[in-house]
Amino acid sequence: MAEDTINRADYILNIDGISKAFGGTQALKDVQLHVKKGEVHALLGENGAGKSTLMNIIIGLLQRDEGTIEFEGKPYEVKSPVEAMQRGIAMVHQELNPEPYLTVAENLFLHRESMVGKSIFLDKKSQNARAQKILDEFDVKFTAKTMMQDMTLAQVQMAEIIKAVSCDARLIIMDEPTSSLDSNETDHLFATIRDLKAKGVSIIYISHRMEEIFEICDQVSVFRDGRYVESRPVEGVSHEELIRLMVGRKVDNVFPKVDCPIGEEVFRCENLTGKGFENISFTVHAGEILGLSGLVGSGRSETVRAIFGLDPIQSGKMYLDGKEITNKSPKDSISKGICMVNEDRKAYGLCLFRSLRENISLPNLPTHQPKLLLNQKRERAEVSDVAKKLTVKAASMEHSAYSLSGGNQQKVVLSKWIMASPKFLILDEPTRGVDVGAKSEIHTLMSQFAAQGMAILMISSELPEMMGMADRVIIYHEGHQNGEFLREDIVSGKVTQDDILAKEFGK
Amino acid sequence: MDKTLNDKKSFFKSDSFRLFMGKYGIGVILFIILVALSIAEPDFRSSRNLINIAKQVAINGSIAFGMCLVITAGGIDLTVGSQLALAAVLLGEFVMKREMNVFVSCGLTLVITTALGMISGALISKFNMFPFVVTLSMQLVIRGMAQVISNAQAVSITNTTLKAFYQGKVGAIPVPVIILLVLAVIMYILLHWTKLGRYILAVGGNEKAAIASGVNVFWTKVMTYTISGFTAGLAGIILCAKTSSAQSNLGVGYETDAIAACVIGGTSFAGGVATIPGTLMGIIIIGCIYNGMNMVGISSYYQSIVKGCMIILSVLFDKVINKKK
Repeated sequence: MAEDTINRADYILNIDGISKAFGGTQALKDVQLHVKKGEVHALLGENGAGKSTLMNIIIGLLQRDEGTIEFEGKPYEVKSPVEAMQRGIAMVHQELNPEPYLTVAENLFLHRESMVGKSIFLDKKSQNARAQKILDEFDVKFTAKTMMQDMTLAQVQMAEIIKAVSCDARLIIMDEPTSSLDSNETDHLFATIRDLKAKGVSIIYISHRMEEIFEICDQVSVFRDGRYVESRPVEGVSHEELIRLMVGRKVDNVFPKVDCPIGEEVFRCENLTGKGFENISFTVHAGEILGLSGLVGSGRSETVRAIFGLDPIQSGKMYLDGKEITNKSPKDSISKGICMVNEDRKAYGLCLFRSLRENISLPNLPTHQPKLLLNQKRERAEVSDVAKKLTVKAASMEHSAYSLSGGNQQKVVLSKWIMASPKFLILDEPTRGVDVGAKSEIHTLMSQFAAQGMAILMISSELPEMMGMADRVIIYHEGHQNGEFLREDIVSGKVTQDDILAKEFGK
Repeated sequence: MDKTLNDKKSFFKSDSFRLFMGKYGIGVILFIILVALSIAEPDFRSSRNLINIAKQVAINGSIAFGMCLVITAGGIDLTVGSQLALAAVLLGEFVMKREMNVFVSCGLTLVITTALGMISGALISKFNMFPFVVTLSMQLVIRGMAQVISNAQAVSITNTTLKAFYQGKVGAIPVPVIILLVLAVIMYILLHWTKLGRYILAVGGNEKAAIASGVNVFWTKVMTYTISGFTAGLAGIILCAKTSSAQSNLGVGYETDAIAACVIGGTSFAGGVATIPGTLMGIIIIGCIYNGMNMVGISSYYQSIVKGCMIILSVLFDKVINKKK
């Protein structure tokens, strides 16, 4: 009995036997999760493993069908995130939606504003002072009066974390907190997490990035297909082991890059200048995967957006197959054989509530359907053909894109561009928010495309991915090119992750 | 007793029920309304009355099809009511005052309303202005044009060819019904079988993704307003033939019924979701409600209340049935 009490006191959150079904789909089946006080607990699993469902149950967005939750030794029942916050559990979401016209202080004290006495008037002065006092405890570059819309994603995230702490949250859930951060910002986040840990705050940490789990987490629980698999201390567990637990099969080669002969020049740009980048010159050849590496905001995405015609180019020249081109719009680029997978899948990649068929054929209608009326039979055949080739997992092509997991959505986006048989394919963060299994499938596909003679330009914030997939890496630093590395030097170990990072930081 | 009640509840909550209602719910509702009205008022199901309803819905139907495309691409067209007035006034001018050929006059009228629709569309998509504000202002401009042309005088339409657009029949089928059916088929093909239709759905569904997929968003939007201008002009011709009078105060408030038909028919105001069969059923439902309530003897004040509640209920219904996880 005494032992039992000690054990109970160690744990802040005890979840047992939770099940949840949506209609006929069993999203969670008899899962458990036990989080210790002051622990960073990683939750690992492929997309669709049930992590989000469980988190939504904890913060009160969903109600469980079965099971018990105990928080700080007391039964825990909440009906909304606000209620969860009052009990001491807060969540920092993957996709942050701040109110753009609020200041940091206003966001911090949202729903618990400082008032002048007991009146209905806001006391902005004291609120700003209180907010600034809280901010001062953290190492941040913004002030209480900064507008949310003027902050970077990393800063907004930090503001959310500070908000959670200031509400006296004893458990903070972080869903893919580093997905939009560069390595510098990630380090800052980790420092904050260590601080919180020291203060006794527990953290549930959801991430697809294995390296981070090893760096910051104490314990890791693995979920697979809505079931709990295993929980282990991070110390003593290996990378391969975790992947095996998660996937349930062995992924032997994380980066299945197949070297293929590099052919003629396909795309070249000279002294390209636009908003966020200056004097960019590079060449991409057939069969080559060229990587653009740099910190978030260093101008990588801005460059490819301009090449694709989404943003204007101020000066510089572009050549496709040796001929000078100008891209005034994506329509222009697509007709010339330049296609781009955008980093923001939901905003630029898919019409979520339309069918997979419509999504995949959208950019291909002018070329594949020249007649006045659509030949839907041929469209169906062509679309399922390309989707099959790219291993899209969906019951039918008539389902909406909304119903798919992140990895499958990304494959749908790839399908629509592969159907256009591009000469030059731009991939901006091709595996962001994609589970491990689908990630390696996408990498295999990239190798296949290159082998077919496509020229590929890839942007990735994950250095291992960059080093594993690119034939050549161009480093960006504050809108300028700052060096180039070759694959053979990376493979031979002559160039390491540290060398690349150093260049990205401008050394 | 208790048990059957529970069974019912679980049936209404079941997925298959939801899927069925999400797809065919609007048809089920139409069927229930028809049966209810037939029982309440036996005259309702007489073939004379049913043909009457079909004739009456032709005007609103024509407007609603154009409106459906505009809403689907993420916009709204408030000019339709004044377009109706302008079309009628133009016909009065062309046919009665200048004694021009009826078909030439109708053609000219359609060209003008279509061009005005195109102007609204171009203003909205070129300068990225709010559709609500632009069409609200354009509506004033167009109504004003109708007043200027007619000098605020009503012109009585005595030309039988023009009147045939509402009164005429081909075999046993009234002309306005034929116009509505032909328009429904054309719209169905347009939205579901052409590139433009796909582009309209894509632009309304996610404008950024449509741009990044090489869709010409400017032209797609302009086309929806242009088509709306055309169908409003067509509705104006039928209305003019029906009232036998061309005056600048016709068509006030007609946009409400058209928007209602779209919404009841499952067109999402968020854009990107619509079907033409659904819109057609929405049009018929509105017509039946008007007609049925008239027959039962409900005053027009109450009809207005019922219609307003219907729109809210249909949106609510859609939310509950197609509940997003």
